[in-house]
Amino acid sequence: MAVYKKTYRPYEGALTGRMTRLCVIPRYAFEDLHRSRFLNFFFVASYIYPLICALIIYVQHNASALGLLGVQGANRLIAINVVFFMSVLGWQSMLALFLAAFIGPGLVSPDLANNALSLYLARPFSRVEYVLGKMSVLMVLTSLMTWVPGLLLFLLEGYLEGWSWMPDHARYAAGIFFGAWIWIVILALLALALSAWVKWKPAAGALMFGVFFVAAGFGAVINGIQRTHWGHLLNISYLVGSVWLKLFQGSEPTTNGAVFFRVPEGEELPMWCCWMALGALCALCLYMLARKIRGAEVVR
Amino acid sequence: MEPVIDLDGLEVRFGARPILKQLKASLTGRSIGLLGPNGAGKSTLLNTLLGFHKPSAGTARIFGRDIRTQAREVRSLIGYMPENDSFIASMSGVHFVRLMAELAGLPKEHALERAHEAFFYVGLGEVRYRNLGTYSLGMKQSAKLAQAIAHGPRLLFLDEPTNGLDPPARTRMIQLIQEVRDRGDLHLILSSHLLRDVEECCDQVLILKDGNIAAFCNLEEERRANRRFLEIETRGESNGNFLDAIRTMGCETAPGAQGRIKLVLPDGLEVRRLYEVAAAQNVQIRRLNHKRDSLEDIFLKAMETADAGNAPAPKAAATVPAGTAPGGR
Repeated sequence: MAVYKKTYRPYEGALTGRMTRLCVIPRYAFEDLHRSRFLNFFFVASYIYPLICALIIYVQHNASALGLLGVQGANRLIAINVVFFMSVLGWQSMLALFLAAFIGPGLVSPDLANNALSLYLARPFSRVEYVLGKMSVLMVLTSLMTWVPGLLLFLLEGYLEGWSWMPDHARYAAGIFFGAWIWIVILALLALALSAWVKWKPAAGALMFGVFFVAAGFGAVINGIQRTHWGHLLNISYLVGSVWLKLFQGSEPTTNGAVFFRVPEGEELPMWCCWMALGALCALCLYMLARKIRGAEVVR
Repeated sequence: MEPVIDLDGLEVRFGARPILKQLKASLTGRSIGLLGPNGAGKSTLLNTLLGFHKPSAGTARIFGRDIRTQAREVRSLIGYMPENDSFIASMSGVHFVRLMAELAGLPKEHALERAHEAFFYVGLGEVRYRNLGTYSLGMKQSAKLAQAIAHGPRLLFLDEPTNGLDPPARTRMIQLIQEVRDRGDLHLILSSHLLRDVEECCDQVLILKDGNIAAFCNLEEERRANRRFLEIETRGESNGNFLDAIRTMGCETAPGAQGRIKLVLPDGLEVRRLYEVAAAQNVQIRRLNHKRDSLEDIFLKAMETADAGNAPAPKAAATVPAGTAPGGR
């Protein structure tokens, strides 16, 4: 029917399925994000470091390239080992934090600030689906920045080193994949929970950094004053770094190369404490989301 | 006949505070008004039917589907126009309505087509590409209506649809609601504190007070019943004879001051006969009104009854055929 016919008519066509509906929110969010030049630039720029790493791996395995560059000893200088992969993951994960702080608040806070949630949830669409739809946007983008390039580098190294290298170092791949997912889930939950709580985009973004940096600083102050290491429990990047160390190296001690996620030697906390603290953080975020993502606010 | 909404002992509590108390009613009308003073539970009832609040006891069914166990199915039948501003300010009108239609299950091409149609239908065709944040209050109300009808729901919830509208915009909104109601297989629930809006759009009214049903009336039946209820003003010497004469014709009468008489005509007696009898008795009928309880009377009566603590049991299952469009109003 032509749009100029100004009349109401019921809809009689077919309806889409549940999964298609679930994809509506990410699709609209990606369309919206795609319009941001800064985000596009940032996203593309985030691949510079993995590209440099890929170049290093290639040069390491190419004697003629090394000769051409006149750096025959470079393979001893930069070894492709656990530190190399952890630093790739660490650097990319830090960029993912910036990305999440930039786009995360814009996903939920406008809906809450404009009372649009009641419209979303008045449709055959649940609160869980709403949160999953919004989280999936962050998960896809941060995955593309963290474990996807990490695993591609792993494959490249396996290809150039010989396929037998891969099963021998499968722990690196598992570390990259699971380590990145732990970080991604924490980032996505925190970004959504904080923006749901403050409902104001700039404040939510600032709060996101505050949770990471101010809390870590506060933890360091506690450590300094009390002469303890338990202040690290407030340092999310430390907690994640501890878990990564375990994932990458098992029980073997190592110096880690995970920049922002570095665990200072001799200041390790028991692994179960790190897991508990991260679990508590996720539970807190879920509680905040459950309280705020509602069709109607309840005033008791 | 399948009720549109069947309230089956529905109770909602926020903490220890009961908000809706054991509501029982079967609503079958095409357009149902929800009336009540502030805090009566109107919005809570709508929100509960939408699944935003969990019933603490009892349940409700919409077109036979239980809101507890078939919430998703129930919501797929509903279009909701909330009371407050609800939209995303940075989105264009048509983009927003398309998003909402897609979430309701329309394929994206159909959603876009119907979003455009809905915008033209509510009179916002020319501004559909403008950001919602730039709309005036009246335009926002219309945009909310557009998103509520774009996916072609079977039941429309309208929460204070004329809030903040100037008189011409209000008239336009009421006309739209009446049009939507009278076309297609659509039922509507209109929650409002404006009795006139409810009177103009609804054929059944559920009046709530303090979470209870204070009254449930079928406006169409009330109007029909009151058609036989007259109030006349007479002048003449032999008023007494006139009264006797109309009593002998079967009229119930209640004489008032200054020649005013309230009377109920028996079935089969035409008003014309009153003039004939008056002429025969040499009495002038100066004024004749079809007295009827306005919705305001019904509302105030319900409030008084509820205050007296003996709220009447609702006339459950008042039977207005689902397809009956109240005409001539």
